[in-house]
Amino acid sequence: MYFSAQEMLAQLKGTDKRICDLVIDNEIEISEISREEIISMLEERYQIMYHSSHDALEKEITSLSGLTGGSASKMWNYYQKGSMICDATVIRGAAYALSCLEVNASMGLIVAAPTAGACGILPGSLFTVAEKYDVPHEKVLEALATASGVGQIIVKKATISGAEGGCQAECGAAASMAAAAIVEMLGGTPEQAFDAAAIAMQNIMGLVCDPVAGLVEMPCAKRNASGVANSLISADLALSGIFSEVPFDEVVEAMYKVGKALPSTLRETALGGLATTPTALAMRDKIYGTQASSSACSGDCASCGGCQ
Amino acid sequence: MNISMFDILGPIMIGPSSSHTAGAQRIGKAMYNMISDKELVSVHFMLHGSFHLTLRGHGTDRALVGGVLGMNAYDPQIKNSLQIAQEKGIDVSFEGTDLGEVHPNTVRIIAKTSDGQTVSLMGSSVGGGNIEIVEINGTPAKFSGKYPAVVINHTDRLGIISHITSILAINQVNIVTLLNSRENKGKSAMTMIETDSPIDPSVKRELESMSAVSSVVVMEKVI
Repeated sequence: MYFSAQEMLAQLKGTDKRICDLVIDNEIEISEISREEIISMLEERYQIMYHSSHDALEKEITSLSGLTGGSASKMWNYYQKGSMICDATVIRGAAYALSCLEVNASMGLIVAAPTAGACGILPGSLFTVAEKYDVPHEKVLEALATASGVGQIIVKKATISGAEGGCQAECGAAASMAAAAIVEMLGGTPEQAFDAAAIAMQNIMGLVCDPVAGLVEMPCAKRNASGVANSLISADLALSGIFSEVPFDEVVEAMYKVGKALPSTLRETALGGLATTPTALAMRDKIYGTQASSSACSGDCASCGGCQ
Repeated sequence: MNISMFDILGPIMIGPSSSHTAGAQRIGKAMYNMISDKELVSVHFMLHGSFHLTLRGHGTDRALVGGVLGMNAYDPQIKNSLQIAQEKGIDVSFEGTDLGEVHPNTVRIIAKTSDGQTVSLMGSSVGGGNIEIVEINGTPAKFSGKYPAVVINHTDRLGIISHITSILAINQVNIVTLLNSRENKGKSAMTMIETDSPIDPSVKRELESMSAVSSVVVMEKVI
């Protein structure tokens, strides 16, 4: 059992084990299941993540609200044209992340990682890096375990709820998890993995949760795309030998304090930030204008929108 | 507090929101488990806070109904749950309301079954798909849905909790949490127990056979 990065690093010291080994050993103990069962559960999640990160690349998927969609395929076309400012790895990962969020917003199947609103960052950044380096499949599954371990510590020390800690708690947690997973997958040390996680969290500390019309669409999808860039640059920083002066545990505690200090209007209530801009309010009125009649309609109206 | 890695990498779910969709489905599923094998006639949802404000956009309505129909968080049929309920002839209604000092994502579900009974529960979606059942049939409760549970209505009588827990112990059912409340001394009381393993029908019958017990509701785990 472990409650902090410090404890994990202490348990790993002097062994040749990695963070993912510790996470899997812990799971065997607390859930009373075998390593093989854990790997098969990771495989199941991998497959769903793979599909959600690819399904919106070549066809446009529109959200349940009808307000967003088509960004993933735009990014994918842009990537395929080959002319881009960032490295292709970043752009591909961003397209994957956008795809996850579009599948999510259309009531498709996703894996919350650690939440639905941040479900694109981990698969987006992990898969694009795994493809770049042709990482064996088993190592990618182990990286998912590494990511889970970082998430476990964030939940134990702070929160992953946007309503409690703002976007930094969701997209921050996801980027930290992804950055550490990538570092460990590419052979970095556990210390470097936690440095990457600490840096990723620092990079978006204070980010508020201000969803337009309260929906997991705007700006969530774009923040997942930029979350990929965050996790990749954080992994690169750590692998270059730059470390986080403030250790991961303290960064997480600081994030929690910042979250608590945020007014509730900036914590998933859609009462502040982008959500109260004139454009956002107009969108809100458009979809909730006839909310009162919701009980009268009961069909598969995902594509109807007549009552919205 | 120990957290499974699959609490982080999960739930596997139909989007778009872990708290507004997966959490809503799980609260609905708790009602499904409470109704058990009875036939559902009508279900009414009293929605508080952001559950009401973002009902349709988050598919909270479909997730709640899907849960009440027994669907899991990853069931693509959640999308069509309103239509499926209509086809089954179940009367579904929603109402925005103020449930008082509760979590912003809270719903009270009132269900009527074909045997003329009405049952209710209130649940909150507290983040990442995790839930808390905070009220059952008007009595305060505290269930996470992560464990099987049993709700026992009985008369407040000396030693009754000891009797109940003995029956569980003899049947190798380990207790996770236990909550007891009563109206007045010697009057009606309720004992709610979360357990590590499910409660078999034979154990349920044994609990029901106690003279002070008026009803026993067994609930499977939701998560």
